[in-house]
Amino acid sequence: MIKVEQLSKHFGKTQAVDNISFEVKEHENLILLGTSGCGKTTTLKMINRLIEPTSGEIFIDGKDILEQPPEILRRGIGYVLQNNGLFPHYTVAENISIVPQLLKWDKKRIEKRISELLEKLHLSDDCRQMYPAELSGGQQQRVGLARALVADPAVLLMDEPFGALDNVTRSKIHAEFKVLDELKRKTIIMVTHDVQEAFELGDHICLMDKGKILQDGRPSNLLFNPANAFVQDFLQEQRLQLEFKTIKLNDIWRWLPILQKENKTKVLPADTDLWTGLEQFKFASSETITIHHDSETKSASFEQLMAAFYQYKKQQAHE
Amino acid sequence: MNEQQTLFDFMRQQSDKLAAQTLQHIGLTFISLFIAVLIGLPLGILITRRRKLSGPVLGVAGVLQTIPSIALLGFMIPVLGIGAKPAIVALLLYALLPIVRNTFTGITGVDPAVKEAAVAMGMSKWQVLFKVELPLAMPVIFAGIRTATVITVGVATLASYIAAGGLGEFIFGGISLNNTNMILAGAIPAALLAILFDFLLSRLQRLNIRKLKTATATLPLLLLLFSSFYFIPSAYGGKLTAGFTPEFMGRQDGNLGLQSKYKLKIHTIVISDAVMYKAAYENQLDVISGYSTDGRLEAYHLVVLKDDKGIFPPYYAAPVVREDALTKFPELENTLNLLSGKINDSIMTALNYRTDYLHQSPEKVAKDFLLDNGLWKPAREVNMGIVRIGSKIFGEQYILASMYSMLIKGYTDYDVATKTGLGGTKICFDALTNNQIDFYPEYTGTGLLAILKPSLKTVDSLTLSKDKTYNYVQKEFQKKYNIKWLKPIGFNNAYALMMRKKQAKDLNIKTISNLKRYLESK
Repeated sequence: MIKVEQLSKHFGKTQAVDNISFEVKEHENLILLGTSGCGKTTTLKMINRLIEPTSGEIFIDGKDILEQPPEILRRGIGYVLQNNGLFPHYTVAENISIVPQLLKWDKKRIEKRISELLEKLHLSDDCRQMYPAELSGGQQQRVGLARALVADPAVLLMDEPFGALDNVTRSKIHAEFKVLDELKRKTIIMVTHDVQEAFELGDHICLMDKGKILQDGRPSNLLFNPANAFVQDFLQEQRLQLEFKTIKLNDIWRWLPILQKENKTKVLPADTDLWTGLEQFKFASSETITIHHDSETKSASFEQLMAAFYQYKKQQAHE
Repeated sequence: MNEQQTLFDFMRQQSDKLAAQTLQHIGLTFISLFIAVLIGLPLGILITRRRKLSGPVLGVAGVLQTIPSIALLGFMIPVLGIGAKPAIVALLLYALLPIVRNTFTGITGVDPAVKEAAVAMGMSKWQVLFKVELPLAMPVIFAGIRTATVITVGVATLASYIAAGGLGEFIFGGISLNNTNMILAGAIPAALLAILFDFLLSRLQRLNIRKLKTATATLPLLLLLFSSFYFIPSAYGGKLTAGFTPEFMGRQDGNLGLQSKYKLKIHTIVISDAVMYKAAYENQLDVISGYSTDGRLEAYHLVVLKDDKGIFPPYYAAPVVREDALTKFPELENTLNLLSGKINDSIMTALNYRTDYLHQSPEKVAKDFLLDNGLWKPAREVNMGIVRIGSKIFGEQYILASMYSMLIKGYTDYDVATKTGLGGTKICFDALTNNQIDFYPEYTGTGLLAILKPSLKTVDSLTLSKDKTYNYVQKEFQKKYNIKWLKPIGFNNAYALMMRKKQAKDLNIKTISNLKRYLESK
């Protein structure tokens, strides 16, 4: 869907982006991860031509992005900014309808689409006539997202979209983000410096440093097969939590015992991550949990889960 | 003329003039403002796009702002002549800086994230400008226009110096004529206009952002409407155009006398003495009010029209001195009298010609004259007290002040401090009575009409005789102000109407009555 080839950007003598290539498949969610100044935002902005590359090519759907005028290109790409970038002099409804108006939709269609989005993003209809300054940070970010989604673009670019939110609001929005059907149809490139967020939302992560991609792969690849010491160090601090969140119950399926007798505990699907599995003990105070996979059902206690996790890690290290 | 008039009386009496001047003032302000917005707004936008230009453009606009207003008006005359054109250009140059600077600051101050969002959503450059940058910068731009408006209302009072009308006519006329009511009749409306426009614009600015679109659209319309005021009062003309100084306009021995005694009706504009002669020379004016000993009379080939009905009283120059200064500096009177009887009309005209036209310094002209007449002595360089000399703001007075300064330094043990260039009769005379200067050269006619202001009958009985006038002012000054008129210097610098020699000859006009007959003939 999106293909980036040998892309470079110099600002004077600074090499902001240094000959990088990557690919994002349709409906995939790619995260550009890295510290400030690693070139991730510059890379993102080259995709909708907010920044023109020094060299290299970008294709969307097989078409070189330089083929069409930048304004037309941008109207087909959703863009969400860290500080939401809402127009302070426009109401929520007007903010959302900017792109449809540029695309010359008729009024009814715009109204209908706004109502639909407000509902999906859990914004009340009263918001319509409010100005951005009257909304909370979380609401503003939702409006920013609605504005990017309104014309249903195939591609969505997000520049630290949740960076300005507090932790509670952020995890709430993360949860909504994951289940929003609108987003499932999109090919998304998101920039973040937050490792947790990258692992939670990304199908695919490009870890960048000093303008180069150090590793490009699934979250579990980065965790268990780091390409170099930098990647390892980058994840080190939150390693345990990341591992719990990345490993699914079916990854450790073979080390779990078969269910002996029925009990009343909640049944979890096997694609649940280990973190959620472990959380059951904390909140349900049941001795074991029950996991369902295909036709098989297994159960495990806290100790049994941890033992299986340990086995899994041992095996990963040998591979 | 003698009884105290209240300000209100004056304004009611002069209500026609006041209304006309106020409309002119508003018109002048808004034409300049309109053009300044027309130039300043795009210029401000341009320099946000070409940042390299912002330094030079703001720098130049800033320098323009620092040029004294009168000087700027002066610069305009050789290029644009007199009247509305140069005044508007000068005013708009002053209005430019706040508008350009605030446009630039307003647009660069728009949140970059908002601009980026606008671009990223696919807005074109113009859409970003009109839908995002300008609306968000509008409060700042408005503040700039407000500042410009207040500046323009203030500076526009000076436009009367170059015959562009406005409330300055009353203000400067009042200063020359020692008429406080007249000054206030100009100054109060001018101040009120500034406050009113600032208030109106602030209301416009405080409107909801939503309504700003309408406000933005109404502003140019409003400016245009106000601008049109200027053309209403000036939409008349005449065969010949007269340019009179504000002082001449309000004096019995000036325009008032011309109207009452000669019944002269002529299209008149008000103009500053500084540019009047040149304007006549350049055919922009036909008849001007001048002084009979003015050096520019020769320089610009002008001729004095004979005052056949005798409305211009004698203006013999003599120093007027505070009595207590004469006591304090016993040698002063004799020293000042050294000059008495030494300068007649033609000598004075020649001396004035050297300063006004040949641009020699008054000091050089004064020294040359004293040397030629054997009066010059080197300064004694001692200090037994300081004599303070005043002078009005024209060449002749500068020359006289220099001569007195040299005489005092050469003949007495006193030192001298000069306060030259005191605006008009009122400023000079107030300085004298308030003990800020010890003496200055005054004219008998001015003392009579501008300071003493006796009844019309008294004036009529005096003005035809030089000695009667002198004796009257000497007696009255002594009595009222404790100020002494010393012996006259000799020349008579009376008011006079003058025309270009060639035009006067072509039209066969020699006297003011001739002029009147010509104007009334078809």
